Amino acid sequence: MADSKANAGRLLDIRNLRIEATVYPPGEAPKTITLVHDVSLTLEKGKVLGLIGESGAGKSTIGLSSMGYGRGGVRITGGEVILNGRDILKGGKEGLRKLRGREVCYVAQSAAAAFNPAHRLMDQVVEATLLHGTATRAEAEKRAVALFKKLSLPNPETIGERFPHQVSGGQLQRVMTAMALCSEPDLIVFDEPTTALDVTTQIDVLAAIKDAIRDTHVAALYITHDLAVVAQVADEIMVLRHGRLVEWGGTRQIIKEPRQEYTNALVSVHEIEHNEQQPGTTPMLSVKNVTAAYGGGLVKVLKNVSVDIYPGQTLAVVGESGSGKSTLARAITGLLPPEQGSVFFDGRTLGNRLADRPKEDLRQLQMIYQMADVAMNPRQTVGTIIGRPLEFYFGIRGRERDKRVAELLDQIEMGKGFIDRYPAELSGGQKQRVCIARSLAAKPKLIICDEVTSALDPLVAHGILKLLLNLQQIEKVAYLFITHDLATVKSIADSIAVMYRGEVVRYGSKSKVLAPPFDAYTDLLLSSVPEMEIGWLEKAIAGRRMESAGN
Amino acid sequence: MLDIRRTPVAALIGIVLTTLFVLAAVLAPWIAPHGNAEIVSDVPWEPMSSVHLLGTDNLGRDLLSRMIYGARITLFIAVLATALSFSLGAILGFSAAVFGGWFDTMLSRLVDLLMSIPTLIMGLVVLSVLPSNLVTLILVMGILDSTRVYRLSRAVAVDINVMDYVEAAKLRGEGSGWIIFREILPNALSPLVSELGLRFIYAVLFLSTLSFLGLGVQPPDADWGGMVKENKDGIVFGIPAALIPAAAIAALAISVNLVADWVLNRTTSLKGGRG
Repeated sequence: MADSKANAGRLLDIRNLRIEATVYPPGEAPKTITLVHDVSLTLEKGKVLGLIGESGAGKSTIGLSSMGYGRGGVRITGGEVILNGRDILKGGKEGLRKLRGREVCYVAQSAAAAFNPAHRLMDQVVEATLLHGTATRAEAEKRAVALFKKLSLPNPETIGERFPHQVSGGQLQRVMTAMALCSEPDLIVFDEPTTALDVTTQIDVLAAIKDAIRDTHVAALYITHDLAVVAQVADEIMVLRHGRLVEWGGTRQIIKEPRQEYTNALVSVHEIEHNEQQPGTTPMLSVKNVTAAYGGGLVKVLKNVSVDIYPGQTLAVVGESGSGKSTLARAITGLLPPEQGSVFFDGRTLGNRLADRPKEDLRQLQMIYQMADVAMNPRQTVGTIIGRPLEFYFGIRGRERDKRVAELLDQIEMGKGFIDRYPAELSGGQKQRVCIARSLAAKPKLIICDEVTSALDPLVAHGILKLLLNLQQIEKVAYLFITHDLATVKSIADSIAVMYRGEVVRYGSKSKVLAPPFDAYTDLLLSSVPEMEIGWLEKAIAGRRMESAGN
Repeated sequence: MLDIRRTPVAALIGIVLTTLFVLAAVLAPWIAPHGNAEIVSDVPWEPMSSVHLLGTDNLGRDLLSRMIYGARITLFIAVLATALSFSLGAILGFSAAVFGGWFDTMLSRLVDLLMSIPTLIMGLVVLSVLPSNLVTLILVMGILDSTRVYRLSRAVAVDINVMDYVEAAKLRGEGSGWIIFREILPNALSPLVSELGLRFIYAVLFLSTLSFLGLGVQPPDADWGGMVKENKDGIVFGIPAALIPAAAIAALAISVNLVADWVLNRTTSLKGGRG
């Protein structure tokens, strides 16, 4: 018993955890792969441990193991998970049922997908408490309202009567945090709770989560791939890679004095040297007073927008979701014909509708999408995907086409072996590279990049941005870069347009836009980008002049 | 392509049986011991013997020979009708999804109209008016069945049509031909193949029903359904002649679907069947 006394403050103790899964490659015998290799961690009551790493690092898998759960056929095959002094892996199904939702709760990444759309929020928030019989319905609801208030949700008394679709994404994420806290658990697992949110909303949710953790003395595992975010909430940080522990230490030590090379790469990833180019004399593409709307003119999403792009330069369009930045791209490409205004390209007016544009105009203007997996036909090989623009625009066929495809693959730093692969056989970063090669194949003058790096891990995204900059040097292509990530903007843009609710609120060269004095929205946007610095969150919240859209 | 050791047993059974049926159909005049309409016995429903392996039918014709010729007619009509219904239904369904607007609305309402009339009644009315020959039979079966294929392929294609890769193709300036056949069709193939196995069997059954009612294949030719009809009275006397074509229909149904399932399994892989 001396051992348990020594561990009095210890809530969670994971020892030599080993997690395996069986994969079924088509046409091969099933084989077992190890996802987590002998990872150990301890967590004390009221502390927050951040688990960070790229996708596939096993961070969610480890997080879920604290509630004895293996997602999608994953098996915990070795080690111990000791929670409150007992090994939960030995408790059987009944033991796990008593534990989940009572001692350990889970906050998922996509709140929109995690709530049942057919039930009111309150019913879902108090469900676990009622099932475990720890409180009566009236008590649980009172507790929930208090939590809503603590998480600074609007109308805490009545918000529980709404359905999930009636509140915004940021609010829903906070309601889910309330749901996790409602049954007064000892431990909460946060699985990328702010990754799907806009920066301006993320900061509110982050602050709410941090306050709630502090006030309720709950311990937490905070899973994310964003080191700057985890630096705000965690006491300790654990860096994982390929299911193995890389480094584990206090937050300050990890971000200030990383001991491992990989951690260092993560910490310093955001910096790319890019010298701003001055705008030329004649813009290559100019958008003049464009107004566009969905639903037959009912919902105006672009209001009188004008921007210019100069040859070989990058215009970054920044804004949160719903600000109309993707719609601007749709208006330029002709997918959404503008109601008023027009788009000039190389001195001529572009047809409003896609069907009105000659093939040559289409070739000059290429697009790269956010989700590379759905931007490529899964039934076509890389050779077909990259080769098609060559056939289509230049009539290059057969061996010459294959040669050109190989050159393009070389340009995107992928070898020849990829020509016969299908998209499903590529990694996320490789997919995006193939999409880049496909647009380059058309030899365009302008490429529209719609959030091309936001679905990628930081290190991979870094590689893609560098590649895009290199290609710009070689091919003299201009980019219209749509993003919500200001770090990306700083690294690659020559000029910036900040969009808010369908209007361009700030526009000019990078140095001008990013220099004070700021307008209220740009200030909010800039101050919301998490910085890798302890205490940044409190400073940012205190210094804000404008409430974000989520409130 | 075909590695026998790695093909599942069920698929092998399906392939073997289907091949047998197809061979019987193709080689009917050479392998059938007697002619299709040749009366070989004075007594109807002669029991199985070494001379007549499956016995004789209600008119004293050799049942085995009738079965082999019947396979020819059954498969011929069912294959052509299914091919017609799939090419018609899939192309129209994909086009409706891609073009949208009035084209989609008009076609979809027309299909709704066709589907609101029970297939059998529609078939009966049309076939009793039109001259009864193979071409009309195939056309009527194919067109009536294509309404189902149309709805399926339109539903599948509508989902695919909003994918980014289709948008990318449209931005590239591709014509509808490329979009339908190169972007949408390969991705819609899996549900279509599984439906194909089912639809083929429905075609066999529909043909049998029509023949049973006297509107399908006209005597002395007979498909398997027609042969069930000819011999059905024997069942009361314990004569199995009607059950043999019925069993053949069932065996064909199962084997074709085993093959379809196997093809489906092979085509769903997005990695080109590689590991």
